[in-house]
Amino acid sequence: MAQITLSDLAHSYVHNGAETGDFALKTLNHVWQDGGAYALLGPSGCGKTTLLNIISGLITPSRGRVLFDGVDMTESPAEKRNIAQVFQFPVVYDTMTVRENLAFPLKNRGLARAAIQARVALIAEMMGLGEILDRKARGLPADAKQKISLARGMVRESVNAILFDEPLTVIDPQLKWELRTQLKSLHRELRHTMIYVTHDQVEALTFADTVVMMHEGRVLQTGTPESLFETPAHTFVGHFIGSPGMNFLEAKIEGSRGVINGQCFPLGANYRTASGFTQIGIRPEYIQFSADEGLPVVVKHVEDVGRRRIVHAELANSPISVSVPEGQFFDNTMARVRFIPDKINIFVDDWRVQGEAL
Amino acid sequence: MSLELQGVSQVVDGQQQIAPTDLVLEKGTMNVLLGPTSSGKTSLMRLMAGLDRPSTGRIFSSGRDVTNEPVQARNVAMVYQEFINYPGMTVFDNIASPLRLKGQSRKEVDRAVRSTAEMLKLTPVLQRKPLALSGGQQQRCALARALVKKAALVLLDEPLANLDYKLREELRVEIPRIFEQAGSIFVYATTEPEEALLLGGNTATLWEGQVTQFGPTLSVYRKPQTLTTAQVFSDPPMNFIQGKKAGDSLSLNGGASLGLRKQSAALSDATYTLGFRAHHIKLQQHEVSQPGSPPLHLQCTLVASEVTGSETFLHLRYGETTWVAVASGTHVMTQGKQVDIWLDGAHLYLFDLTGCLVACGDNAV
Repeated sequence: MAQITLSDLAHSYVHNGAETGDFALKTLNHVWQDGGAYALLGPSGCGKTTLLNIISGLITPSRGRVLFDGVDMTESPAEKRNIAQVFQFPVVYDTMTVRENLAFPLKNRGLARAAIQARVALIAEMMGLGEILDRKARGLPADAKQKISLARGMVRESVNAILFDEPLTVIDPQLKWELRTQLKSLHRELRHTMIYVTHDQVEALTFADTVVMMHEGRVLQTGTPESLFETPAHTFVGHFIGSPGMNFLEAKIEGSRGVINGQCFPLGANYRTASGFTQIGIRPEYIQFSADEGLPVVVKHVEDVGRRRIVHAELANSPISVSVPEGQFFDNTMARVRFIPDKINIFVDDWRVQGEAL
Repeated sequence: MSLELQGVSQVVDGQQQIAPTDLVLEKGTMNVLLGPTSSGKTSLMRLMAGLDRPSTGRIFSSGRDVTNEPVQARNVAMVYQEFINYPGMTVFDNIASPLRLKGQSRKEVDRAVRSTAEMLKLTPVLQRKPLALSGGQQQRCALARALVKKAALVLLDEPLANLDYKLREELRVEIPRIFEQAGSIFVYATTEPEEALLLGGNTATLWEGQVTQFGPTLSVYRKPQTLTTAQVFSDPPMNFIQGKKAGDSLSLNGGASLGLRKQSAALSDATYTLGFRAHHIKLQQHEVSQPGSPPLHLQCTLVASEVTGSETFLHLRYGETTWVAVASGTHVMTQGKQVDIWLDGAHLYLFDLTGCLVACGDNAV
């Protein structure tokens, strides 16, 4: 296991690319702590797979260094890096039994038979593969095959890191619950450095202790799931995390109050006047309907999704969504909304600004 | 038109793919086929489209028997999980292609393509080739082609599965409204309960080639008639525990017992399965909104907790069973901790050993 340091890393698929548009990955510095559970989250094309391939050695970066425990590995080929990788689609040897599939990476490295047996048994048990160990992989359903891929990724004890590239994409929602918990408990037991790449926020936030959120080749924020939700560093993070995402409304900020369309509301902190395009960001979960308090809205339509209703409305001609939990009263007489002051974030030119405590 | 399936089944190489199915789909409705991978969603759609012939049963379109009519004669459109467009044509020509095949005039084609493109936000990219578009735009193009021909039956087979989470969310909100304007019968296959809820309309739950329930989406969700339907239509998975009923009390495997109300107290004494959804597990007694009888209080052990930002998923062990609870806010707890939970009597389901719902909500306990 190792601490992996990315130092002034950047990558362009265009030879001699100029910094801005050509770079699939813009300059970034990051340290993956030994034993951490990380998620690399972002939409398609954000550069997350490029970054993963640089760590595993499939791509040599245009600029910067990759260090494993301080040792420069930038030019080392993939096979020298001792990294395990699990892909979106199962990679399984059909003619082998499940046991042989799991043992394969260990056999390749010449481990003793007894050690292989013990390790395979442990991982198989933890992944719930114990009962099918002696079955041929051929003919097993897709989710069992992906379990084998995951287990094989984790079977080697000495790896520097395990990289997962959207490993649950082909798995049905119900099974995802089971596999996610298994992955998490495996991480807790084995303490490998794990980096999990996904565009699915639920997978990222539930798996990782630290989430690295990327957009257009840039890391926008690195933090705990809670911090990405509560205090997104950039409007894109606010939009991407949460369903529906954070609402953004153009507003004037005057100290500890905000003004939209001439109407004031309290903020949870004090802000110095800033120049630039100013927006407040408020999550649908932190808006409350009221009959007589707050800012006027026009309700457009309501989606009942069982455990909550999502109300789509307009406030000062901008769309906002409000989440109303099941069992909470809501009807058309409630034409105003209140924002929970502590939950309001302020963004200037798309970046979050920190206020001073009141 | 309406589409009616009467006893439609499909047997392939002696294996039953689709059990005899009766379904009536009305004009202008959205019908979700919800079920896990290989539960029969695609097979059922292919039968509806006329791509496959049923082994038994009849299919009627507005009362006319179309069982033996090939797909070309049926006025259907299909959208697949993969983004299928003509790569050599512009977006405009892609959308126009089904109309040109029908021999519509240039003016008609132009008008129809532009209004459909507007609806699907494709106007700015009409002159581009599909491969120069993002995944979301490519699928919008495929959707536009299916919509423009105003087919009586539009079948969508997991159309958003290959899209990013956020793009999916965006299209999910748009799709029901686009469809409302179109007036066709829509059939939409998905593996995700959340997607079915967002789409609304009607839902048919599928399990191993069988439609287990069909009705308005929310009523199937709120009142699953079988344990199987409850499992299919639940994400996080519904929590279950078995218990033995004696008189007006149900003793759970794990120790606690709960008092039963009239309707369920009248059931015969036997083993039953109690079911409840993840968000109906409460961590505070006062969160339970129940008039009358006291809520069920249980002590569990924490197996794992997952923070999603606004909520925390708690994996709990009670006796031999593991459950998932969703709690709002962030709860960081150590593994092995004792967790007190309260269940809301208004949201409990009671199934008999054959898996049939025998009581739910206020009538159960």
